[in-house]
Amino acid sequence: MLNPPIYDNCDVAIIGAGPAGLAAAIRLKKLGIENVLVLDRESEPGGIPRHCGHPPFGMLEFARVMRGPSYARRLVGEARRAGVGISVRTSVTMLGAGGGLTIASPQGNGELTAKRVLLSTGVRETPQSARLMSGARMLGICTTGALQAMVYLKGLIPFRRPVIVGTETVAFSALLTCKKAGIKPVAMIEGKSCPGTRWPFHNASRLLGVPLFVETRITKIIGGNRIEAIKIIDGKGNARELACDGLLFTGQFTPESSLVRMSHLLFDHETGSPVIDPFGRCSDSAYFAAGNLLQPLKMAMNCWREGRKTAQWIAKDIAGSLPDRQ
Amino acid sequence: MGSDSSNVDVAVIGGGVVGCAVARRMALEGAYVVLIEKAADILDGASKGNSAILHTGFDAPVDSLEQKCVRDGYEEYLGIHASFNLPILKTGALIAAWSEEEEVRFGDILKKAHDNGVGDLRLLNRSEISDIEPNLSKDIRSAIAVPREYVIDPWSTPLAYLQQALQNGGQVLFNAEVTDGAFDGERWQLNTMRGPVRALHVVNCAGLYGDIVDKRALGASRFTIKPRKGQFVVFDKAAGKLLSSIVLPVPTKRTKGIVLFPTIFGNIAVGPTAEDQDERDDASVDREILTALVEQAIQKLPALSNTQVTATFAGIRPATEENGYRVIEYPDQNWITLGGIRSTGLSGALGLARHAHRLLTKQGLAFHPINNPVVSQVPNIAEHLPRDYENPGYGEIVCHCEMVTQREILATMEGPIPVGSLSGLKRRTRAAMGRCQGFYCSARIAELTKGKFAEPIGVGDANA
Repeated sequence: MLNPPIYDNCDVAIIGAGPAGLAAAIRLKKLGIENVLVLDRESEPGGIPRHCGHPPFGMLEFARVMRGPSYARRLVGEARRAGVGISVRTSVTMLGAGGGLTIASPQGNGELTAKRVLLSTGVRETPQSARLMSGARMLGICTTGALQAMVYLKGLIPFRRPVIVGTETVAFSALLTCKKAGIKPVAMIEGKSCPGTRWPFHNASRLLGVPLFVETRITKIIGGNRIEAIKIIDGKGNARELACDGLLFTGQFTPESSLVRMSHLLFDHETGSPVIDPFGRCSDSAYFAAGNLLQPLKMAMNCWREGRKTAQWIAKDIAGSLPDRQ
Repeated sequence: MGSDSSNVDVAVIGGGVVGCAVARRMALEGAYVVLIEKAADILDGASKGNSAILHTGFDAPVDSLEQKCVRDGYEEYLGIHASFNLPILKTGALIAAWSEEEEVRFGDILKKAHDNGVGDLRLLNRSEISDIEPNLSKDIRSAIAVPREYVIDPWSTPLAYLQQALQNGGQVLFNAEVTDGAFDGERWQLNTMRGPVRALHVVNCAGLYGDIVDKRALGASRFTIKPRKGQFVVFDKAAGKLLSSIVLPVPTKRTKGIVLFPTIFGNIAVGPTAEDQDERDDASVDREILTALVEQAIQKLPALSNTQVTATFAGIRPATEENGYRVIEYPDQNWITLGGIRSTGLSGALGLARHAHRLLTKQGLAFHPINNPVVSQVPNIAEHLPRDYENPGYGEIVCHCEMVTQREILATMEGPIPVGSLSGLKRRTRAAMGRCQGFYCSARIAELTKGKFAEPIGVGDANA
């Protein structure tokens, strides 16, 4: 029989154990804040870097080049050594006024009140549906995040010959993941007339033997339970069919702001982020936000740096020396 | 009666909501029944995508079989849902008039409802509407309230029906497409991809493939399926509190029109369109149509303009050349076909099942209703009722957007009807159906379901 959980109230509760949340937690402890608790809904802390099995991570933070998983482990270790409490498999289900959090965990559900709350719930890719994409829903269609979690956390592959959609930086990361996992993409397609990143995409895709089609869009997804082919058309009206067993949607990052959307906090519908003041403080001054929840698409080190900075403001606020919210 | 699924009293072809309800009714009446389904799980065809409304039948053609089945099905659902732990969201519906021309048609709607025995409709003016639905656009002119139109769970409902059939002696065969059949004057032999099934009587509930199954077994079909696609858009749960009623349009001859409705899962949805197509299983969505649906929804409920889209999907209805149900008896061949159940299947299924029982009795099948049939509950996945994650010991939350637990996912693989596909798992648990559509959870789901599905999520090992 499990006991009902008792959540001790704390000075600062941090929602999300990724680079921003962990960096803030470590900093807060070093600034002398007593009870700092990081809550993460996943089974392991560390956030997205846990399943980014490629460099470069850690150059700013640890002055060395690391892969995502070892970077995540290092951050988590540092937080634990600093005396940060980390509670995994712990989902915050509601943000209440003044820092009251409703919490679900396998030990039972309960409430927790923190003097300050830092929202650092990160970012995810926009799925097919929210893009109002044409086509059918079939096995073999996923986003980079889902692919990388499968490959790096579970050792599985969702397809062998996918078409990669999009050419933002993350598409290159997806290419590397495919290469590492033994997946052979049949093509990359981009709706615009040039790739979405500054680095030499043409060379990169050529290097990996993956043809790049620009100014090209998908007109039909063909298959039964699993995708078997797509039809594409380019700007000149040339149509062709590409056989594939997967379709990988990359990029179009959006803040993972579900909690904020459902809450009392002011929300910016344009950016998908909570409205903050210059100190990272939300419309309810018990709440702060940092990391990819604000302006998604920052690298881990930028989230880390922002987490540290926001931690300083939170510490000042607890000490009563932060200006009141305008 | 035997216990061999290859030699039964009644074979039901098709595991949609109608087939599941018919299998249940046959089992309760004491027949030895097998349900034959071509896919790896139930609800793979027309029943997978619909608006999940429990209709009173107020707008069905007067004196039609459809009206009777919907009326009977509605009553029976109200009587049994609690014992199965099946939810009802008592939303009520508003038939909204946005123009004078639409208001003019209100008289006909009220008369039809009255003739159909649904007597509790009433007219609402703009301010009465505003009291109930303050977020609806002020362009609304007036509405008819239909208080007993409700929202139910479209996926757990048929599951509960089939589960009861199996717990009371029935059988199910998945991956068992019917290829042909022959009747020897006493018994049918249906040949399926899983081997032959011999049955005294057959009920064809094959939905989108109803005419094809008739042709394969009987040599001809008296109707032709004209697949009609309906696209839907589901808005984020943040919008869930904006609307509490089903908002129906004033219908046209061809279709009930585009509905704005709360789902039992806490979202607001809009749809369906009505698009004729040749393909029976192409449920592709189309950006232009989805965009138009979103615009329509915003016009009626302006606050939706700030809401993200969670999901888009299409359902395909088995329409035919005619509007009504196509229930066809073949008394000399011990066969009945329940065809053309195009838009009231979920509401009418239990009524249709009773009708099928009557027809088989007429065909000479002797039933001996069982005493104290087994009734067991299905897991609740409705948002307004207690969810699994509210009880400790669930392992972990696997799908964070829809709050689906490891315990719920593992449970679908046990029991009388183990889940057979990823889409089946989604319908049984809501996993991967939320905002991120699997970004966070699909790796864990792939791991938990490894080796369980004929069509797995993970096609192999990384770098194997």
